[in-house]
Amino acid sequence: MVATTKTVEQVQELADDKYKYGFVTDIESETAPKGLNEDTVRFISAKKNEPEWLLEWRLKAFRHWLTMSEPKWSKVTFPPIDYQASYYYSAPKGTDDGPKSLDEIDPELLKTYEKLGIPLKEQEFLSGVAVDAVFDSVSVATTFKVKLEEVGVIFCPISEALEKCPDLVKKYLGTVVPYTDNKHATLNSAVFTDGSFVYIPPGVRCPMELSTYFRINAKETGQFERTLIIADKDSYVSYLEGCTAPMRDENQLHAAVVELIALDDAEIKYSTVQNWYPGDENGKGGIYNFVTKRGACRGRNSKISWTQVETGSAITWKYPSCILQGDNSVGEFYSIAITNNCQQADTGTKMIHLGRNTTSKIISKGISAGRANQTYRGLVKMSPKAEGARNFTQCDSLLIGDQCGAHTVPYIESKNKTAIVEHEATTSTISEDQLFYLRQRGIPAEAAVALVVNGFCREVLQQLPMEFAVEAQKLVGISLEGSVG
Amino acid sequence: MLEIKNLHVSVDGAEILKGIDLSIDPGEMHAIMGPNGSGKSTLSHVIAGRDGYEITGGRIIFQGEDLTGMEPEERAAKGIFLAFQYPVEIPGVANTTFLKEAVNAIHRFKGEDELDAMQFVKIMRAKTKELGISDDMLKRAVNVGFSGGEKKRNEILQMAVLNPTLAILDETDSGLDIDALKIVAEGVNKLRAPDRSMLIITHYQRLLDYIVPDKVHVLAHGRIQRTGGKELALELEENGYAEFDEAVA
Amino acid sequence: MGNSTSNTLAFVDDFDATRPGLPGADLSWLKDIREAGIERFSDLGLPTPKLEDWKYTRLRPLEDTVYQPITEEDGMAVIDHVPSLLPDPGGRPRLVFVNGRMRPSFWIVGDLPDGVHLEYLRDVLMHTPEWAEAHIGRLHGDAEGQSLVALNTAMMDSGFVLRVDAGVKVEQPLEVVFIGGLTDHPVAYFPRNLIVLGEGAEATVVKHYVGMGVGAYFANTVTEIDIGEGARLNHYKVQAETLDATHLSTTHVHVAKDATYEYFNLSIGGRLSRNEVSVRLEGEGAHAGLNGAYLMRGSEHCDNTTMIEHLAPHTTCREIFKGVLDDQSRAVFQGRIIVRKEAQGTDGHQLCKTLLLSTGAEIDVKPELEIYADDVKCSHGATTGQIDETALFYLRSRGIPEALARNLLVQSFLGEALDEISNEEVRLAFTDKVLHWLPAACFLSEEWRDV
Repeated sequence: MVATTKTVEQVQELADDKYKYGFVTDIESETAPKGLNEDTVRFISAKKNEPEWLLEWRLKAFRHWLTMSEPKWSKVTFPPIDYQASYYYSAPKGTDDGPKSLDEIDPELLKTYEKLGIPLKEQEFLSGVAVDAVFDSVSVATTFKVKLEEVGVIFCPISEALEKCPDLVKKYLGTVVPYTDNKHATLNSAVFTDGSFVYIPPGVRCPMELSTYFRINAKETGQFERTLIIADKDSYVSYLEGCTAPMRDENQLHAAVVELIALDDAEIKYSTVQNWYPGDENGKGGIYNFVTKRGACRGRNSKISWTQVETGSAITWKYPSCILQGDNSVGEFYSIAITNNCQQADTGTKMIHLGRNTTSKIISKGISAGRANQTYRGLVKMSPKAEGARNFTQCDSLLIGDQCGAHTVPYIESKNKTAIVEHEATTSTISEDQLFYLRQRGIPAEAAVALVVNGFCREVLQQLPMEFAVEAQKLVGISLEGSVG
Repeated sequence: MLEIKNLHVSVDGAEILKGIDLSIDPGEMHAIMGPNGSGKSTLSHVIAGRDGYEITGGRIIFQGEDLTGMEPEERAAKGIFLAFQYPVEIPGVANTTFLKEAVNAIHRFKGEDELDAMQFVKIMRAKTKELGISDDMLKRAVNVGFSGGEKKRNEILQMAVLNPTLAILDETDSGLDIDALKIVAEGVNKLRAPDRSMLIITHYQRLLDYIVPDKVHVLAHGRIQRTGGKELALELEENGYAEFDEAVA
Repeated sequence: MGNSTSNTLAFVDDFDATRPGLPGADLSWLKDIREAGIERFSDLGLPTPKLEDWKYTRLRPLEDTVYQPITEEDGMAVIDHVPSLLPDPGGRPRLVFVNGRMRPSFWIVGDLPDGVHLEYLRDVLMHTPEWAEAHIGRLHGDAEGQSLVALNTAMMDSGFVLRVDAGVKVEQPLEVVFIGGLTDHPVAYFPRNLIVLGEGAEATVVKHYVGMGVGAYFANTVTEIDIGEGARLNHYKVQAETLDATHLSTTHVHVAKDATYEYFNLSIGGRLSRNEVSVRLEGEGAHAGLNGAYLMRGSEHCDNTTMIEHLAPHTTCREIFKGVLDDQSRAVFQGRIIVRKEAQGTDGHQLCKTLLLSTGAEIDVKPELEIYADDVKCSHGATTGQIDETALFYLRSRGIPEALARNLLVQSFLGEALDEISNEEVRLAFTDKVLHWLPAACFLSEEWRDV
């Protein structure tokens, strides 16, 4: 209730300030030489003092990448990417040795995060949320580390994890998303720079929300973070991810990989509010968000739940998926995707049912406005062994204006007679009746649209942790600005 | 309070209202009756400012101000309330959320302070109690899954909360059984006030058994054909609208 | 072109030798389009699962069998009766093809009203070639997967033409029977059918593809349908091919203003079958109803691929497909609804439900909505699962034996689709086919039919 009021305010306040995260931090950076070749890969690996096996893995990925072509099946269009025109490593000077104690961090960086609403100073920490702040290619700070260590939770940049717990990293890295998976994921495997590592030991319920805040700042730079989360037996973690980038005329590539592993009775809840710079009204600039996210429910009774609010990026290509291996494991996907102006999104999920009595639920709400095009693409697969498995999918699209497109492409493959799949999809528009009704009660047109859209998304918004839900509701309103005539 | 002068309205080039004159004083309750297709609903929509109607002549003056060209939300803020014949469903938006948005939008428009959560809850409690409506209805999404009677009661509740100067009830009796009709009428009667005018639009006389108007107008073929007291409604009940068909033919 | 890889067909190489025997060999325009067809087919090759539209269907029988185009002799195979779908063929108009050859001895000219012309394609090419030239190959698009249409254009050897003049309405269903099989070597035949309805015309066509005896065959059919303003076509098809048959069919339909196209496809047999239908709703108020049922067992593979494109305001479509899969059979349903920007006020609904009766059966469903207009109401639904155990128990607890109860539930499941057939005579005939498909041990007696 409070949040919707805020949406309304926000819509009004931000009329002239559509993307408030579009500023640039003026900071000296150290970068790898422009372009991509084996030396780039070696440079990144050396910067991070990585073990030999990881360098070899990266190189294998790189060589494989050279043989691959871009996935063609998605409904997005963009000119060929010149992979040589980008920097693959950019770090604020002096962050070479990983995050230092907080008082050693460059004040410019602290200011940046403060502006983004993520204070990194101890006394101002967001309560109940531990934050790993990733700036371009490196993690600059991680809060609440000590408190987490007390209960045995490891939450640190992945480069630090390679020193702290190399065996864990080696055991799980690339086991959910192999380096051969798809062109974007393979590129990430070759050149990933930083990202978060989380390990929750057996029986531990992580005492606070863990969060990574990604910020692309440098120009002509891609961001390739890699996140690895392992929830050991009977543990629980809720992880949040947020992202923003400056407004730039060029398109920047963000090709991340996220791997989740849930062992017996473990649960991982992964929430994303994606607000990369979407480009201007005419589609100039913006982030190409080509992300591979996949979770493996390896253990019995394990659960992985993805919630995403996708409002930013020029192009979103993203299918957070669940491989339901363990018997009785559960996969969930809750998504809100909003595209406006010239944005394109092709997003959805895959639920691969392998184990007995596995269940999955997909709730997707797509809103398309302006000249945007959006596609829900999802796969539900019931393997011959998935006795008693169940899926329910509800997939709704809302169109605002007659220049946009909304598409739904589910794939259902069932090889088990005892498995039940139910899929429903609808496409509609905000009716004139609804708008008139709300306006007759005194609510201005744009706020009326935001209200209807928030209602449309409610089922997904409810899944978000409180702090994110408020943010997300605001975003829903802002993202649709200018969509009603 | 409301002064309609020689109002002509067209939809897609076809003239629906052909010169309406109507004047309502503060505290008065008027009823407009007429056969289907006479232009009753058009009149209510035009007063509330719905798109898609072209005013080709005449004026609508509300409290001395010409409403023509005003946005619907502006008219709402100035105190015009339309109870819909078919209240609209808004999935996922709770009744309270919706009403709070509406109340505060109107407050903002008037330059008044917005209500905080506590103040609002207080008002809601008072109104639901006054009208004998259960709190349960407030938590549900606007009109979603409501029965016909519940939808109409929800309209009356909204009227009570938004506290309008002019309330237009568009075929509020349609689709209601006699019990629901009584409850709704009771709600309307409770909301009668010396500074509040009401315009009741109906096809049937039966609603007027429970809500007694000061004046009754008969609308047919886009014009007000007759005006009288409440006895006119009874006359119509007896003779139907045939007389007015012939009058034009 | 040249080598017989898995991507082409052996006889394509011998096209020059085959051509003189094909109908209309003396028509130069036809020679040109046949040439263009064979070239295009050679360029594209047979569709493979690499194409998104063919993701779930691989043309394996065409890879592992060498087919020959039919000869006169293949067409003269002896048959003792024509398996008419509709009871009492008496004076009802009927065309019959055996292995792609018309068999005038089975032809029933019937009693057709003036203005209705039901003819063999071969005769049309002979007597009214200018009409054929103006209508063949006009409707199908240029999509990537269209190599089968190109192949048919090159090789077309049979088929029928139905023309109904403006305002003429034919009430009785017109039946066309295509009999395949009965040869000692694998053969391929290529029917090309044309249906053209003038303004306000109405007709009902039942196509019956049926296999007899043993012997592998490959039917590649193309049907072009043009429905004039306010006209209505009921287009029904039964595909009851043999376990050695490959049946690939492509249908292109244009529907004008206020016209209606009703389609029902019942697939109950064939080693590999694919029925592809694409409908363009071109005029305001046009309507398409695409429905079907697929009942497969053994290792049969059945693919229903549909596309409905809304190009004008206030066009509507409704689609219901239901399937029942037993043994190791596999079915594919791909249904695409496209709403173009101009098609405001579109109302489109699609439903696909499949019952898996056995471990080992597989269903792949891909419904698709592609929408560019905002004032639309579109939805699709898809379910897969097995027979409802509770319902089964309910029936058994009332004394119905399990096998019969299963049949009853399958029948009731398929009913929702069969009910869409508006022609009652055809609906009953199709229901009968469905009943015959069900396990015979517990065949439903007459009195159960109306349950």
